Order: sequence, then C-alpha cells, then structure tokens
Amino acid sequence: MSTRIATRFAAVKAENRPALVTYVMAGDPDLATSQAILAALPQAGSDMIELGIPFSDPMADGVAIQLGGQRALAAGQTLRGVLAMVEDFRRKDEITPIVLMGYYNPIYSMGVDKFLAAAVAAGVDGLIVVDLPPEEDDELCLPALAAGINFIRLTTPTTDDKRLPTVLKNTSGFVYYVSMTGVTGAAIKSRGAVSDAVERIKGHTDLPVAVGFGIKTAADAADIGRHADGIVVGTVLVEAVANSLVDGKATDKTVGAVRDLVADLFAGVKRARG
Amino acid sequence: MDGINSLRNGPDEFGNFGQFGGRFVAETLMPLILDLEAHYRAAKIDPEFKAELSDLSINYAGRPSPLYFAKRVTEHLGGAKVWFKREELNHTGSHKINNCLGQILLAKRMGKTRVIAETGAGQHGVATATVCAKFDLPCVIFMGATDVERQMPNVLRMRMLGAEVRPVTAGAGTLKDAMNEALRDWVTNVDTTYYLIGTAAGPHPYPEMVRDFQSVIGTEIKDQFQKAEGKLPDAVVACVGGGSNAIGSFHAFLDDSSVALFGAEAGGHGIDVENGHAASMTGGRPGVLHGNRTYLLQDKDGQILEGHSISAGLDYPGVGPEHSFLHDTKRVTYAPITDDEALEAFQLCTKLEGIIPALESAHGLALLMKVAKTMGKDQSIVLCLSGRGDKDVESVGKYLGLLK
Repeated sequence: MSTRIATRFAAVKAENRPALVTYVMAGDPDLATSQAILAALPQAGSDMIELGIPFSDPMADGVAIQLGGQRALAAGQTLRGVLAMVEDFRRKDEITPIVLMGYYNPIYSMGVDKFLAAAVAAGVDGLIVVDLPPEEDDELCLPALAAGINFIRLTTPTTDDKRLPTVLKNTSGFVYYVSMTGVTGAAIKSRGAVSDAVERIKGHTDLPVAVGFGIKTAADAADIGRHADGIVVGTVLVEAVANSLVDGKATDKTVGAVRDLVADLFAGVKRARG
Repeated sequence: MDGINSLRNGPDEFGNFGQFGGRFVAETLMPLILDLEAHYRAAKIDPEFKAELSDLSINYAGRPSPLYFAKRVTEHLGGAKVWFKREELNHTGSHKINNCLGQILLAKRMGKTRVIAETGAGQHGVATATVCAKFDLPCVIFMGATDVERQMPNVLRMRMLGAEVRPVTAGAGTLKDAMNEALRDWVTNVDTTYYLIGTAAGPHPYPEMVRDFQSVIGTEIKDQFQKAEGKLPDAVVACVGGGSNAIGSFHAFLDDSSVALFGAEAGGHGIDVENGHAASMTGGRPGVLHGNRTYLLQDKDGQILEGHSISAGLDYPGVGPEHSFLHDTKRVTYAPITDDEALEAFQLCTKLEGIIPALESAHGLALLMKVAKTMGKDQSIVLCLSGRGDKDVESVGKYLGLLK
C-alpha cells in the first residue's frame, strides 16, 4: 500500500528537492484560526503537515511551542478536537500527509484502540510521540502500524550506530533526525554534524530522513535540505502566530503571517539542490 | 532475590512494577538512561562503591538515625506506642541526603561534570547542593517560582552551598514545572550532565535506584525496633509526595504481612475540591508523565493538573510507580491528609515532643494520629519523620497568624 507520506516523498524526490514539513499547534491561537492556518499550509508550499497535540507538560519543547500549546489548551483544544481538525481538513485535501505530534498521555487517556480508530477515520497518516522510545513499542507503535498508521521515530545525536537499528526497527514513513541535543527551537550547534548524521542514518535505512529542531529560515532550509530528504520547521511558525496576536487574540494578519513564512521557506527548499 | 511471591522483586528488567513504571522518555535521553542503568548495576555489586557509600552515610550524613519513642504523643493519643524514625536529624535535615550520596558517587563514576536537580520544598535541592559542594561539581537546581517564595530559607542554603537556583515560572511554578525544566536542561546538556532525581519516580532505573538508596531507612527501623522491643512493629507510616521516604521506609517490610503500611497523601483543601489537592492515588488515575506510568492527577483529556498542597514537597501530581503498584495490590493503605490536619499535627509534634517537623512529615504524623488511636496499647506504630521543619516556620507562622 502506498501511503500519502511515501507518495509525497517520492514526488519531491522526483523534483530533486527536499520535502517541506511544517509544524503547527492544533488549536493555536483559537480553533477556527488554527483550522484556517491548516487549510492554508499546502498552497503556501507545505508538503507535509505535523499537527501538534497540545499537552500540559511538553518536556521536549522550547518556550515558543510551550506557549502555543498553552494557547491551544486555553482555547479549549482536546485530542478529539485535533482529530476533528484533521477530518475537516481532509474534506478538501485528500493528498497532503498529516502527522500528529505530541506526548503519550492524552492518547493513553483516550485509550489506544479508540484513538487509532478515530485517527484512521479522520485521515491521519502518521504519529510522532516524543516520550515513546522503542523500548515502549508495545504501547502504541505496534498497534499503530497494525492500524495502517506510520510511526515516525526521532533519532538524535545521542543515537549511536549500535542503537540505530533498535530505533529504526519499527519506524515507518520517514525518520526524523533531531539536529541537536536540545528542545525545539534551540540553535543547531554544527551543520556539518547534521549532514554527517543524515548520511549515517541513510546507511541503516531506505526510509527518507527529515531533519528538524532549529531550522528557522529559508537559508537554513536550503542548507540543511541539501542532504536531507525533508526539513521540518515548527518553532518559527508558532512564533509567527504569537507575533500576530493582539491581546492574545488572532488578528486578520495571523493566517497570512504563517502562510507568508511557509512560502518563504518553500523558496528555500526549492533552491536547496539548485 | 526474595521468593517468587515477594513484593520486593520489582521492577522487572523493563522497569515495570506491575503495569507501572517504564521508560517514557525522549530518544535523546534513552541511551543515557541505559548507560545509567548499566553503571548502577555495576556499582551495586562493587564492594568499593558500597564501602564508600557506607563511610559517607556514617561519617558525613550521621547514620544510623535514631528510632525514638515519642512518649508524650503516645500518651496524648492513648493508643499504640508511637515511634519516630529521626531522618530529620540527618545532615541537611531530611532523608534526601541518603539518595544524594548514592547518586553523586554514580555521577562521579560516570565521569559527569555537571549536576542538575529539581526540588519542591528545597530539601532535595539542599541535599544535592551539599553533595555537589563536597564533590566539587557545579550544580543547577530547578525550583518552581511559587516554591522559591514559600521556601526561601532553603533557597538561601542552596545558594550559599554554591548552587545556582533557577526559578521556573511555567505552569503554577511548582515541582512538576521544575521537573519539566530539569528534563529540558538534561536533553540539552546530555553529554556532561547528571540528573540527580530526588524522588523514587521518573524513568527506569530511577525509581528502583532511589528506593535502594532510601531503603536504609526501613532496614534500620527493623533492626532498631528488634533491639528495642524484640519484634516487628505493627505499623509503619510515611508521607508520600513522589514517595522516596515512604518507599525507603516500607521496602524492608513489604513481605512482613503483620506490619501494616500507611502512606499519607497531600489532601490539600480536601479530596472533593477540584484541583485542590495533590493526592494522586486517592484522586487520580493511571497515566504517563516524567518518564513513568503511574497514578496522576489529570483532567478527562489527559492534561496534567497542578494539584495543591500546603507542603511544597508533596505538591506533585504524580507518585513513584512502585507506590502505584502497592496501592493497586493493597499492600499499602494510602489516605489523604488535608492542609489543616497537617498543621494540627505540626503543632502537636512541636509542643509535645519539642520536635519541629517538616510540613511533609506532619502529613505522615496526622495519618499516624488517626491510625494509632485504633490500635492497642501493646502495639507499636513507627513514623518516618522525614525532615525537619525549620524551612516551614515562616509559612506556618503566616497560616497561624503569628506573623503580622
């Protein structure tokens, strides 16, 4: 079965460019604006969407995404609400892959089987769950794979060659390389080390390798995207939402701020190998 | 290894106590946690490590701590004989030093050059800052901004000991938020940094390791009580936040079915007050946070609640996974104690015994007061008096209207 994720990576490969994967927090700054942002992403150049599930305790996220999550929760977002957003998106867009990204507890709280059934029905393509390492694959990874949903694993600078096979074993869709040891939105310490790591991972898997954490500009996208099959941008998009708000509320600039930034980043990925 | 039906065998090789525990951490931390486990396994059976820890426990921390017969509290309650395990007499004023000494030796063995820790009441922060001073390691303590306010004496102690105290303003600024921030620091500085977790919670192997370092409490109680009374005590009581002093007190007795075990959770304003308590087992349900599956205070969508307790050390929405297991298996009886009950016990202990207990330990005493009354005069009940109350004098004074 060719999944939306595999299809999209094959398509961008044919264009000789990396995929632009964009992260937004579901429900930030409010449910309606967030839905409008989501709908605007593909046209602006997003090849694939990571939709953040807000969580009260995002241990792996920097301040920008922490605050985005708090705005979403304050706006009344729930895991069911996130799935409803995907369902709504899918009525108009059958091809852009959507990966849900978050932490395990909201999913565990809903119940894994119930969640997976709802995710399949809504049109979710993949999951990234930060606090589920391969050691906990029985929890959600294996049930998700059985349900036909990709389980995308993070590999990090601390994942050495000895451990990589463990991490890659049940990974599907793509491999997400975290560019540094740190939280989302921190600075990449060494670009050379990132491309070396991408090559190293490719020695272990045929899956596409996307790089995320710390990619902020079109120049970063072009630079990192030279070697990676995809680049993931999140923090700056969540910051664009934050900067567009007045008194914490969305303005007529909010959707446009994200759309313009995505368009700019897309120009970066297009020239990555030019 | 105890018998096949022993309650002391946990965790399994994956860090599970029944359905609780595990290793729910980001991949960045996973290799480090495996490495920590390997180092801990090696240290545990290394005579040199054991000898060094034993020497420090005796000559630096002041172990063994006394087991004291609390005559006036006993007479006041009119039930079982009341005994205090005097962990508040340890160096730094609480049981926290037991764990910090063990872990700092591990950090040294692992070649780590920087230590971080979270703290609620500041007792663990002080103990960590203390061992870091002694072993000459730089240390950063994450502490919720709310807790920095209400535990200022401990903040000053940490700073004098050379630690950097970083107030955490995220969330309600209490222990849970401090732990999030410590995890973010750890993920960033994973190569150099040792995370010295203060309670028997977090990803495997922390719950097991912290329990092992704290189980000296229960082992000593058993010996000391045997010498004093020639038998086992009938009951042991401890307060439970994350639960390190409690698991340390209980572990030696888990297979002694004649010994009833009681854990006092923070009942705050009352268990029926929404988000007004921190009793995760009485008022929560299983979930996954901070590296382990355990009972958590959470809303219907799986978002973690802040909880409330007058005691900064119990103000945590989770609990160590082994306690969750002992709760489900009913080996330990966990009961909530309200802020008011803890304050009453605090004053009683101070006035009748001349011992000012930490507010955390006062929760344990309040539960003991309920239990002891139901027991016979020939029976004995032991409280782990986990910490001294100097740090709480100002905030209790405010509650009691003694400060203008």
